[in-house]
Amino acid sequence: MAFNLTINQKAVSVDASPDTPLLWVLRDELHLKGTKYGCGLGLCGACTVLMGGQAVRSCLTTVSEAAGKAVVTIEGLSPDGSHPVQKAWETVDVPQCGYCQAGQIMSAVALLASTPHPTDGQIDDAMSGNLCRCGTYTRIRQAIHQAADTSASTAAIPAKKI
Amino acid sequence: MQIERHDMKEPKRKALKMERRDFLQLTALAGGGLMLRSFMGVAAPAQTRAAAPVLSPSAFIRIAADGTVTILAKNPEIGQGIKTVLPMIIAEELDVDWKSVKIEQADLDEATYGGQVSGGSMAIPNNWESLHRVGATARQLLITAAAQTWGVPVSQCSTTSGRVIHAASHRSLGYGELAAKAANLTLPDPVNVPLKDPKQYKIIGHSQGGCDVPAIVTGKPLFGIDVELPGMMHAVFQKCPVYGGRVKSANLDELLKMPGVRHAFTVAGSLATTPGGVDPSGSALEPGVAIVADTWWQAQTARKKLSVEWDQSGCLLQNSKEFAQHAETLSQQSPANTLRSEGDPEGTLKNSAKVVEAAYSYPFIAHATLEPQGTTASYKDGKLEMWTTSQTPGSGKKGVAQILGIPPENITVHLCRVGGGFGRRLNNDYMTEAAWIAKTVSAPVKLLWSREDDFGHDFYRPAGFQYLKAGLDQSGKVVAWRHHFVTFGEGSHTASSANLKNDVFPAGYVPNYALYMTAMPLWVKTGPLRAPGDNAHAFVVESFVDEVAIAAGKDPLAFRIELLQNPAIRATFAESLKPTPGQPMPYKIEPRMNPSRLQGVLQLVAEKSNWKNRKRSPGTGMGLACWYCHLGYFAEVAEVTVNESNQVRVNKVWIAGDIGSQIINPRAAENMVHGGIIDGMSEMNQEITLANGQVEQTNFHQHAMMRMKQAPPEIEVHFKKTDYATTGLGEPSLPPILPAIANAIFAATGKRIRSLPMSGSGFKWA
Repeated sequence: MAFNLTINQKAVSVDASPDTPLLWVLRDELHLKGTKYGCGLGLCGACTVLMGGQAVRSCLTTVSEAAGKAVVTIEGLSPDGSHPVQKAWETVDVPQCGYCQAGQIMSAVALLASTPHPTDGQIDDAMSGNLCRCGTYTRIRQAIHQAADTSASTAAIPAKKI
Repeated sequence: MQIERHDMKEPKRKALKMERRDFLQLTALAGGGLMLRSFMGVAAPAQTRAAAPVLSPSAFIRIAADGTVTILAKNPEIGQGIKTVLPMIIAEELDVDWKSVKIEQADLDEATYGGQVSGGSMAIPNNWESLHRVGATARQLLITAAAQTWGVPVSQCSTTSGRVIHAASHRSLGYGELAAKAANLTLPDPVNVPLKDPKQYKIIGHSQGGCDVPAIVTGKPLFGIDVELPGMMHAVFQKCPVYGGRVKSANLDELLKMPGVRHAFTVAGSLATTPGGVDPSGSALEPGVAIVADTWWQAQTARKKLSVEWDQSGCLLQNSKEFAQHAETLSQQSPANTLRSEGDPEGTLKNSAKVVEAAYSYPFIAHATLEPQGTTASYKDGKLEMWTTSQTPGSGKKGVAQILGIPPENITVHLCRVGGGFGRRLNNDYMTEAAWIAKTVSAPVKLLWSREDDFGHDFYRPAGFQYLKAGLDQSGKVVAWRHHFVTFGEGSHTASSANLKNDVFPAGYVPNYALYMTAMPLWVKTGPLRAPGDNAHAFVVESFVDEVAIAAGKDPLAFRIELLQNPAIRATFAESLKPTPGQPMPYKIEPRMNPSRLQGVLQLVAEKSNWKNRKRSPGTGMGLACWYCHLGYFAEVAEVTVNESNQVRVNKVWIAGDIGSQIINPRAAENMVHGGIIDGMSEMNQEITLANGQVEQTNFHQHAMMRMKQAPPEIEVHFKKTDYATTGLGEPSLPPILPAIANAIFAATGKRIRSLPMSGSGFKWA
């Protein structure tokens, strides 16, 4: 069955069974490998993407639910890693293994879009759906504060074509 | 029953011996680059880390005409930062600017690169000297090339930032300009090339960002799961929920009708057929059903329709509850093995002024690396190519070669960035599965385990039951110690990572001492988990030391220092092992715990946490613990608050660590210690249980790991730099955090946690 999707401001059409999770459409049909599989049950957050500006778990979002909505993945934040959240992650040197970090970054982008200067408590609440098996939470918190300080306006979700 | 004896805690250290004469051939790269080709004879792996292997700079360094330096990273990157750190060592001695360095992951080729193992916190001990010499040898070649160009003595030339300088004539040449000439020179003997004075280090000891971070934050394909090949299919592999169960029948015809499914077949497997035996090979192929489809989701969807009749004859259908009951019974009996006995422990215990006794236990736990297990394999014309996430790719290749009957020279292995290792990928079952499936279908296949596969088919951290007794004299001094370890195995053999070494603290520090071991049978695979053994033994021993200190009426810090200052031990500690201050070589490893170094970190953490003035208010308390493992010394203090519902919040953790004279990449080191603390906290409340031989936990909701809101708001890391050899950091920060928190919970509540998970004692994370 064909679905028309908008991924990172680009219109694409995919042929998949309607219950196929968006995660596997992104990874195996559209070859966007940044979004990761971790649990398949929305427990770990490694597959987090933005849909209509909200952070969602792409392992639980079917391709039919995603049709017609604007989806942003880690690859769509910037063409060159220049999004303030990506820059902050790099400056603070957040990752250890790095597997969860695309999901962490997408959750952080959604948080900063709604709460440009979050407190530690707000960060904890917004980020506690994303597991980091390596335990980089201290650095993630630090990077979110840094991104908030850099520029709240540019930390927004990309609105124009990149 | 056949039980694995091999302890994976410190993977076999491979040292290459090579005859240097006549083996080196230097060639210039097209375009004027430096590429040194080596042909090295390889001797059998040495059993100990005796001499550093001699490695050729050609294998590791490429210098382009424009001065760009490419350094190959030899070991699997599992999140420990080794892909950045090992090239830092080479770049330091090569004397180039770090920003001019590009890093490339090496393929598997242990004859050229030496052992390519990420495990046991051994990458630094095993590579420190040889990689220093790789960088220094290349630098020496470039100096010689410049000296010959100018017609001046080598001794008048120096280097800085990728240039050779002749100060007397104010001349300099960039490495890129010298590379072609250097490639035609004879290699100097690496053992005699000059090394930098550590005081001159510009890269080592200075924080460098992780080399893959730009690719990680932009979502570039890097990890094993991201591999994609032309014409590749996707596979899932369903194994029996009970280890070793065989396929009697399966509805394969039905699966083959499902969308996208190309192949469905049963795999007989390669498990050893010893009755009652868990196959000791980490590469063994378990029986199961393979489903290969155009996409992973199609393969996974087909699996939901899979119906298998399993043959579980010969399998033990064990239950976790029975282990605890059996261990309790065994603890009352005479121990099966005496691992150590000194003085008269039993007699002294009978006559001690005070006896402290406690039983400790901890469960099986899973690794749950966030990237599930998997490998991509392509088989064509008798040749196998693999892209994998193993921590021991050389062992994985060997296993694949044996089980599939493919000559090793026909197998190529590429190393991908690994989404977490933690010891799970020291075993390579997923490599064998992927190779088997790819060979069967003769096409490129990516095998990916589901999270449920991962929880159900791990090499679990073994559970254990430990019974301790300490005798005190009138003054509160420890005079006797009895430690009975009830574990899994048979006779004197223990299951993988279910052992206890006979130097476990305080062995050797108490005059009347006994260490016993009794094993019971187990039908599930076990294996090393980050700081194997130590992650459990530190919890047991350091919690019990706290109990004994309190029973002795002594401060837990002073009590530990007193134990470590046992004069008999100090006398036997070899003075000759003291290193030469300020010298990077010779690289000398102390063969056993040095009590003065453990005291050093204890004193440092006490000072940083203001231990002697600590708060003692109801509901809030501080706890202390220390541990030596993987050549590293760590002391940690935790402050916790426990509310009326027994919810535990860790307010702050102070850490003092001694891993020798250098912290190679300080900010990355701090990050890894944070990880050790949070990982250890997760382990305090996780549990894998068996019901009728089947693992009951299937996903993260049943085996929770720490989330951000549970992580300590403050983790303060201090390194005590000593003159000793620089050693590894992946593991040693983890073990002490479990007892430090358990001891803090006791200080806050008066309740002692003697059994993990802590939920069994009524506690949970806030």
